[in-house]
Amino acid sequence: MTMTRIEVSKTYKLFINGAFPRTESGRSWPITGKAGDTFAHLCLASRKDLRDAIEAARAAQPKWQAATAYNRGQILYRMAEMMEGKRDELAQAISAVPNGPLAPARTKSAKRPASRTSSLRLSVSPSLSPAAEVSAAIDRLVYYAGWCDKYAQVLGCHNPVAGPYYNFTVPEATGVVAAVAPDQLPLLGLISLLAPALVPGNSTVVIASNTNPVPAAVLGEVFATSDLPAGVVNILTGKRDELLPHLAPHRDIDAIFAAGLSASEAQMLREGVAENLKRVQIHDVAAIAAGEQGQSLEHIRGGVEFKTIWHPALA
Amino acid sequence: MASEHNGANGVQAVNGADVSAQSRAANDAQVGRPRSRVGPVEHGQQRTPSIAYAPAPETVKVDIAERYGHFIGGEFVMPGSKAASFPTLNPATEAVLSHIAQGSEKDVDAAVASARKALPKWQALPATERAKYLFRIARRIQERARELAVLETMDSGKPIKESRDVDVPLVAAHFFYHAGWADKLEHVKSNAKPVGVCGQIIPWNFPLLMCAWKLAPALACGNTVVLKPAETTSLTALRLAEIFQEVGLPEGVVNIVTGDGRTGGAIVNHPGIDKIAFTGSTDVGKKIAKALASTSKKLTLELGGKSPHIIFDDASIDQAIEGIIQGIYFNQGEVCCAGSRLLVQESILDEVKRKLELRMASLRMGDPLDKNTDVGAINSKAQLERINYYLAEGQKEGAKLCVPGSSPVPGKGFWCPPCFFHDVQPSHIVAREEIFGPVLALMSFRTIDEAVAKANNTPYGLAAGVWTSKGSKMFEVAGKLKAGVVWCNTYNRFDPTSPFGGYKESGFGREGGMQGLGAYLK
Repeated sequence: MTMTRIEVSKTYKLFINGAFPRTESGRSWPITGKAGDTFAHLCLASRKDLRDAIEAARAAQPKWQAATAYNRGQILYRMAEMMEGKRDELAQAISAVPNGPLAPARTKSAKRPASRTSSLRLSVSPSLSPAAEVSAAIDRLVYYAGWCDKYAQVLGCHNPVAGPYYNFTVPEATGVVAAVAPDQLPLLGLISLLAPALVPGNSTVVIASNTNPVPAAVLGEVFATSDLPAGVVNILTGKRDELLPHLAPHRDIDAIFAAGLSASEAQMLREGVAENLKRVQIHDVAAIAAGEQGQSLEHIRGGVEFKTIWHPALA
Repeated sequence: MASEHNGANGVQAVNGADVSAQSRAANDAQVGRPRSRVGPVEHGQQRTPSIAYAPAPETVKVDIAERYGHFIGGEFVMPGSKAASFPTLNPATEAVLSHIAQGSEKDVDAAVASARKALPKWQALPATERAKYLFRIARRIQERARELAVLETMDSGKPIKESRDVDVPLVAAHFFYHAGWADKLEHVKSNAKPVGVCGQIIPWNFPLLMCAWKLAPALACGNTVVLKPAETTSLTALRLAEIFQEVGLPEGVVNIVTGDGRTGGAIVNHPGIDKIAFTGSTDVGKKIAKALASTSKKLTLELGGKSPHIIFDDASIDQAIEGIIQGIYFNQGEVCCAGSRLLVQESILDEVKRKLELRMASLRMGDPLDKNTDVGAINSKAQLERINYYLAEGQKEGAKLCVPGSSPVPGKGFWCPPCFFHDVQPSHIVAREEIFGPVLALMSFRTIDEAVAKANNTPYGLAAGVWTSKGSKMFEVAGKLKAGVVWCNTYNRFDPTSPFGGYKESGFGREGGMQGLGAYLK
């Protein structure tokens, strides 16, 4: 007689301050798999979870920024190494859940040239298989790992002011960055926003893809074992329409990186930050997906401030 | 106290023609002892008997083969005959560690052909993938760090605490930093293309670190390489070749040919090479420049120095003393950017001299594998003879030698206790020529202008140090110094992100940072 082994299924949780708490709201979120069954139950993060995550990010930020650029680079590279080790689970997480709608319902006519607003939610190349998406995400982390000890050399400069002064401009992290991952490309989209924020020493709060937040939940387990200091990356699986309205007004968020937002979501963010002038970068998903434009120094520039220092140079 | 010398060990000239025969004895005898020490001491005898020193040797054992061949086309190639090899010594014991192949023109031909063959594929590899090889190399170096450090110390004579804490970590950092550049070169140069096959010739003072300085940027930019380590220190370069095999670096991308200057000459003159990068003496650098004058080969030279170290009276003296020590006694002073000329503002000359002597007295010279050793062995007999020549000449010209240390000179190996000359005139040989040993020349100045004039009064221009607590003075002086690297309130700091290289006869081109990549791109 053979016994059927019962699988030990994983409980997915939030990733806040290096730990894996359940949501304080006690809510769970069934994620429907491709077969129409429930693939997993995720935590449905609340506004309070968001606050906890922002608090952890704020507390962790100074130390992360103070770490040497070499050290940050090695940790980003370590994240890539650990992702490589979990690539099967990540690919499975991507493939198990159907992709989100390729375009908002109101722009169904793909033949018509996309207007400025509808282009925010362009469909992505269907040729990117789950495995290819994982590979692209890992390579993107490696790319940004290499920027940690270089972006300041490219963005900073010595300024030949007309006087006896030594004057130089250095870029430094803006602080806490909220990253709002797109529905499509739940892994690559997330990494494309997160990694450039980490490069100069920002800490981050990530809101996972809404159509498939599972890869983000797995990613927390990767980062927890990547020598990344607790609180530098915090990952929330929750409904964008619940959490997004709280990002712009929150004074402990210094910048927001988002991709794949609807026109109304983008407008809400932009109007919200007009109140406190935090920095916002909203990308469209197709651009994030593309190898060339999807990663660049410009994504890092969005999360830095430039500091110019004057010093007399005559005794 | 201002250092004096007891009569017996005062000024002693070493017969220049005969230094080789009695280098150790002469070395010990010619150095003056400060009067505070209890009389002249016999060779090899413990001079400070108060507390017995318990040695703390590094215990990691490293396998060393009896013979090594070249590394060509991804394989270790043994030379045709046993005669075509030479022994490599542990300079601290004079024990033969292994036998190294003497590269012939034929070997260099094979290496260049291998590099040429590997070039198209290596260039065509997507930059991100090229980067991954370099990241792998960096990680593997970190994993094998202790082994590399021990081997480096055995082969070169440098203290284990330096090879372990400085050389090898910097080697890994260098590969890591340049790995990240491979797919970002458009930020360095538009339409950047690799130069082609690079011939790289490196010195013996930082054997593995110089490998990294040369190889990492060359590979990141998509070049292939023929590298020749110095003949006295080939072992770690060959160990690095093992790492290249381990990480699957495509064969032929890096080729290592060992041998002496003749092998180097074959590389310099090889028509199949597009660029030469050389680190070593100014004499050899000039010869290479001449040899390449009628070719279109690109050239970068990182040569000698006689770097000034300026201490102003408003400096933190105690910190400056540490900087001076770090500047000249690091790696036994066998450092091209060693702060070998100390320029002290007159009002603090006595204090600096006294504190320097006191600090130097606590430097521990001895077994390089001992974790507490500050000063190791001189790299070779030839180098020790060169240093001894300068010690003798300096005294003949009237400079006063002070050797404050008390460590016994081991019975075997090549040793020179850390020392300094005072009452030095700018015209003295010890103030003008690169000694490449633990020998400092102390001079004084009164004004900023005088300090700058004296500092720049040299055909070299590699590095300089400035110590002052006044920022405006620091920037003014740094701005006026003709040197490729100016360390302010610190000295001998190295980082892969920071360009290094000299003005004037210290060579041209920079290594490290964005500027260093330019030499490997066209």
